[in-house]
Amino acid sequence: MHIYEIRMPEIAQAFSTAVTLILGGDPNLAEVVLLSLRVSLSAVLLATLIGFPLGAVLAVSRFPGRKLFIVLLNALMGLPPVVVGLLVYLFLSRSGPLGSWGLLFTPTAMIIAQTVLVTPIVGALTRQTVEDLWLEYEEQLRSLGASTTRALFTLLWEGRVSLLTAVLAGFGRAVAEVGAVLIVGGNIAHATRVMTTSIALETAKGNLELALALGIVLIALAVLINAAVYFTRQIS
Amino acid sequence: MRQSISRVKSASGLQPLALEQAAYVQRTTGPTILPLHLVGVCFEAAGQGLLQDLSFTLQGEGASVILGPNGAGKTLLLKLCHGVIEPTRGQRLWEGPDGARASQRQAMMFQRPVVLRRSVAANIAYALRLRKVPGSERGARIKQVLELTGLAPLAHRHARVLSGGEQQRLALARAWATQPEVLFLDEPTANLDPAATRAVEDLITTIRSSGVKIVMTTHDLGQARRLADEVLFLHRGHLIEQRRAESFFEQPATSEARAFIRGELLW
Repeated sequence: MHIYEIRMPEIAQAFSTAVTLILGGDPNLAEVVLLSLRVSLSAVLLATLIGFPLGAVLAVSRFPGRKLFIVLLNALMGLPPVVVGLLVYLFLSRSGPLGSWGLLFTPTAMIIAQTVLVTPIVGALTRQTVEDLWLEYEEQLRSLGASTTRALFTLLWEGRVSLLTAVLAGFGRAVAEVGAVLIVGGNIAHATRVMTTSIALETAKGNLELALALGIVLIALAVLINAAVYFTRQIS
Repeated sequence: MRQSISRVKSASGLQPLALEQAAYVQRTTGPTILPLHLVGVCFEAAGQGLLQDLSFTLQGEGASVILGPNGAGKTLLLKLCHGVIEPTRGQRLWEGPDGARASQRQAMMFQRPVVLRRSVAANIAYALRLRKVPGSERGARIKQVLELTGLAPLAHRHARVLSGGEQQRLALARAWATQPEVLFLDEPTANLDPAATRAVEDLITTIRSSGVKIVMTTHDLGQARRLADEVLFLHRGHLIEQRRAESFFEQPATSEARAFIRGELLW
């Protein structure tokens, strides 16, 4: 089948097959979706563990070069995934500094790449949120007797809604990117194949049913994430 | 003036129970941190001298009201006394026998208090945790102070959805719950309607009656007359008069104070 031969009815056919695949719990589909979630959720967890303290400390500390650091961190939010993939590839490849770890083309390598991608997003948004809160809260918290460390934890909790949005934005970026995971993971079947790399491959092969099914799952995830952000904001 | 004072006193006298309970909130805890000495205190920002060479003493009785027009430096002075900002020059000395623990034995209500994004009761619990009040004691104290401030029905309400007057009372409750010896209040009723103002003033009177030293700012002459035992009149960063309230209002010594009391504009 050649791509240029596809007609509307065939797309409709592919679409209904895709829905059947999803509802039937196709094992290939499930494997790819689960690996995607495992990689991206791990990356977001790591990015949060680094980004929250980094952003919070950056928000309330004063040191030479701080502004430059903040500009840099903000700029890194827009890092092109393929470039991150390339850099992590260079580090993890056989001749690279961490080559002996043998991580290239494993899910761990993909987690590392996505962590690099997401940490600036979580860190920069946390910095902005905590800095705004600090302006409002500093004198009050000092008056109540809070140490700076205590104040930081309080501010992170006070900013929880904005911070949750930052984390979900990070997850959205991780789960949707294709460049970094493709380069460091290699899109190996049953090993490092995730939703985005599958979609690229299956589309190229003309296997539209599976590509579409994965596309639907990805879009559903995006909608779910946005709904979660919207409703958590509503509640608080 | 005499009349307005007796009115407020009778208003708080309507709650003898509240006063009895207030004694529980402020248990006398031994040595005092007062008097507070300010010695040659100056504060500058962006090359401007906002407070100029202030020296005075606050003793441990009643309510000291810092009075003056907008921009006189009242808020700055209050924050300097409390210690959330430091003077450019000069010293702040807590000279009482317990002066070393001064920071734990004072509290402040800011003009725009920041209430935390949690329930009313949790806001007070937070302050008590920071002052290392044991968990077993916290519940009783929170209940107590919420009842005294009339906030008990709102205990589980989210603090950020309260009205301005209720947030102000919560801030006062939170400060009071820490059992301070000195309580700083910055324009405690700015932006409140007359009923809410009355409620907060009654509370301040109750707190003062329980033995807490009140140091507050206001630009409202009527409020100063109702609450002050002592007046510090501030004008353009200078302390112009510090006197007993009666003598300040009846025989102001300086032309600036006379003009202010007559309600003339002062710049």
